[in-house]
Amino acid sequence: MGTTTTTPPPAPKTNRIGLQVIDYRGGKTTLCAGCGHNAISERIIDAMYEMGVQPERVAKFSGIGCSSKSPAYFMNRSHSFNSVHGRMPSVATGAMLANKDLIALGVTGDGDTVSIGAGQFIHLMRRNLPMIYIIEDNGCYGLTKGQFSATADLGSTLKSGIANDLPPVDTCAMAIQLGATFVGRSFSGDKKQLHTMLKAAIAHKGTVMLDVVSPCVTFNDHEGSTKSYKYMQAHEEPLHEVSFVPSFEEINVDYDPGTTFEVTMHDGSSLRLKKLEQEYDPTDRVEAVSRLMKSHSAGEVLTGVFYINAKAPSFIDMLNVTDQPLATLPESRTRPSREALAKCMEELQ
Amino acid sequence: MATTDIVPRESSGGLGHKRVVNDMSIQVATVNGSGSQSSNTVLLRSIFQMGVPISGKNLFPSNIAGLPTWYTIRANKDGYIGRKKEIDLLIAMNAETAQDDVKTLAPGASVLYDEPLALDKLRDDVIFYAVPYDKLAATVGAEAKLRKLIKNMIYVGVAAQLLEIEYAEVEKAIRKQFSAKAKATNLNLAAAKAGHDYAAANLKKRDPFYIQRMDKTKGMIIVDGNSAAAMGCMFAGCTVVTWYPITPSSSLVETMIDYMKEYRIGADGKATFAIVQAEDELAAVGMVIGAAWAGARSMTATAGPGISLMAEFVGLAYYVEVPAVIWNIQRVGPSTGLPTRTAQGDILSTALLSHGDTKHIMLIPNSMIECFTMAQDAFDLAERFQTPVFVMSDLDLGMNNWMSDPFPYPEKPIDRGKVLSKEDLEKLGGFARYKDVDGDGVGYRTLPGTDHPAAAYFARGSGHNEKAQYSERPDDFERNMERINKKFETARSFVPRPELAGSGKAKVGIIAYGTSHWALIEARDQLKNEHNLETDYLRLRAYPFTREVHDFIEKHERTYIVEQNRDGQMASLIKLDIKPELVTRLRSICHIHGLPMDARSITDELMMMEGK
Repeated sequence: MGTTTTTPPPAPKTNRIGLQVIDYRGGKTTLCAGCGHNAISERIIDAMYEMGVQPERVAKFSGIGCSSKSPAYFMNRSHSFNSVHGRMPSVATGAMLANKDLIALGVTGDGDTVSIGAGQFIHLMRRNLPMIYIIEDNGCYGLTKGQFSATADLGSTLKSGIANDLPPVDTCAMAIQLGATFVGRSFSGDKKQLHTMLKAAIAHKGTVMLDVVSPCVTFNDHEGSTKSYKYMQAHEEPLHEVSFVPSFEEINVDYDPGTTFEVTMHDGSSLRLKKLEQEYDPTDRVEAVSRLMKSHSAGEVLTGVFYINAKAPSFIDMLNVTDQPLATLPESRTRPSREALAKCMEELQ
Repeated sequence: MATTDIVPRESSGGLGHKRVVNDMSIQVATVNGSGSQSSNTVLLRSIFQMGVPISGKNLFPSNIAGLPTWYTIRANKDGYIGRKKEIDLLIAMNAETAQDDVKTLAPGASVLYDEPLALDKLRDDVIFYAVPYDKLAATVGAEAKLRKLIKNMIYVGVAAQLLEIEYAEVEKAIRKQFSAKAKATNLNLAAAKAGHDYAAANLKKRDPFYIQRMDKTKGMIIVDGNSAAAMGCMFAGCTVVTWYPITPSSSLVETMIDYMKEYRIGADGKATFAIVQAEDELAAVGMVIGAAWAGARSMTATAGPGISLMAEFVGLAYYVEVPAVIWNIQRVGPSTGLPTRTAQGDILSTALLSHGDTKHIMLIPNSMIECFTMAQDAFDLAERFQTPVFVMSDLDLGMNNWMSDPFPYPEKPIDRGKVLSKEDLEKLGGFARYKDVDGDGVGYRTLPGTDHPAAAYFARGSGHNEKAQYSERPDDFERNMERINKKFETARSFVPRPELAGSGKAKVGIIAYGTSHWALIEARDQLKNEHNLETDYLRLRAYPFTREVHDFIEKHERTYIVEQNRDGQMASLIKLDIKPELVTRLRSICHIHGLPMDARSITDELMMMEGK
């Protein structure tokens, strides 16, 4: 019996709540190889892991379409609800009414959001429900083989060469006008920016609307498409450089207030937007919408955090519901007393 | 537009004949928005306080102001409170409809009219009383703008005097109606008095109708079905209500808001509920489903058009197996139909709502107490079977005034169904969401937010296996659908059982449900007393049907199914459920005119079908 020296295997890397990145993973994707949506799933996993979010507190929501399948491909330890086409916002709203302690994450597409679900999208934005709403925006209906969606740009072509002759909806401009309190656009291929914006989104209390251009490699990645990888690489125009310091990390990087706009988030985190161009105030809705309109005219795809209001009350705040989630209130708190019924009856006598 | 048939029958009165005591119907014809509702409630309450059974039905148009509206009060010593077809006393306040209203009266009826309308020339077989409302209103001393309203309380005073309603009861009812407002109370007291005094001094009683004190309403309440449902839901522990306004269901949620604000704010000053007005019915039911999935006792209230819009989502809840309580306060369809009229026209479409193989539990209340108690039944069944449950009320039940015994305090503990907690998961190690562990078809569920790594599952409307994983395997799909069907079969022994009336030995059976009940009990007495026809009666209270329904049909030579729709919708559902050889025993009696069902029409039609 000899002795051997064994070096213990290196402890797996964990986050601040002791979980490994594997604890945030999901099932194997069934989307096409190279699909932008898969990259977004990866960024969600990284952001949730780095922010140390308890997966059991997250509830995932989606509608119908390729994008809406993706919640199956990340965070298996979170409950998920794949609902009906365009109506995910109402399901998410109901769940948050039942349990305000949940962290709601909606993943949806441009068809879900802007066409069949336009009505529910509008009212979700108006309510400022605490929720991250991600549009995986590829300008087409992938699951039904590539028809135009309402975010397809004017003149963008299908594979068959047919050009789109209707103007696109800018979901960001729409969300800002409607009352969302954190609105941005990114690109599935812009790993750093998307990752940072997702972490800031997790820290926000209110509706986060992220439009993420996410090319459809099978039906909308050709010459003539304005939602292709190639087009995005050539036309993405970051409004600023986005960085984020979570509340649990010490802030040890100085920044120049002259060139960087800092937003203190609800939980004490810090979102920093380093100016790359002229003065831009992301707390000014009018300026935000105006800048978006200008970028369309210039043929750019503007990305970044266009608008943020870290202080607005959320829908849940406004409802003044009791601290314990409504879902698990005991009968003693949800059934009024005998005296209460007697009083009701007396009033009707 | 009249509310009675064109060919009148004899009124139970008659010129100068016998006294008719505590058996009459009063119809007040007014204009929508003229403020007659308070007056009509006072008249109704005055009679109720005299101990006489009553009901009050508002027959109104889909309009805010300006169109004709009728309020009918039925007072009946025997407790028949369904609609009576014939009008005994017409209070004609609407110049536009007055002539028609008078023409359609039965001979022997009486009319109280505004003097300038000069209706007394129209017929000589009814009794007329003229009242100079404008002059009387002026003497009350109300400001000009209030005079129109005050006229309404004047007719209450006149009617009370003519019918010999004790005047103290009128005063009491006025005080209750305007409880918090001293000025309004005094003005209305003065108006009623002016009418009463005028009648005493100027009108000679010629009709035979009288109200006399009796003791059949002691301890009872007057309420509408929507308010009863609102209370029922509150005491059933409902926590989330999401809705979209639609007649005739809006008042259910609006009343519930008031009750919840009074009784469901905790010691911390915070609400133990959330009520949200959604952007449409799709969102309303979507929120109900999201909330129920996350563990709340959630509900919505709507009517036919809303039900149609909810179809897709209801199929999702059925297949994903999420509890949901949906109140369908039925009105007349198809399409916009008659939005302010009553029907039982959504039975078939609700039972099978959504695409694919779907079928749903329906509870059918017929009374104020059942609107209250079935609220808890609905939530308990929805959570027990993890499926949508519909409560099929209607406009007549929901929006009209009914007397009732006070509601019993719910003794049954709230049933939250099969939900696994963190502790359960620690013991079990994991679970399969759609596995039939107990043999009743119902799997165990977990709520989002449950702090256990094995708690999560993926709820999806697409094909799935026992573990809630995506699956298109034929055997997975078939097994799952059969299991869901098993839940429905299990539910048969959990839903409220039908109620049997009669000896059980009659040759003729009658099946009815919901508000048809009130016409039906009166019709059965008419059949027995006028035609010597004994009947047995089974009142359905739920779908799926229980054993009693099959047995009832089997025991009777023929069974009439009475309902308020065109196609015999409940009859169709029953036919799907019974042995084929029994189908020929069924006969349908259907009414679709939008007015609450009346006994006489049932009796006549049934006797005709009996060949007599």
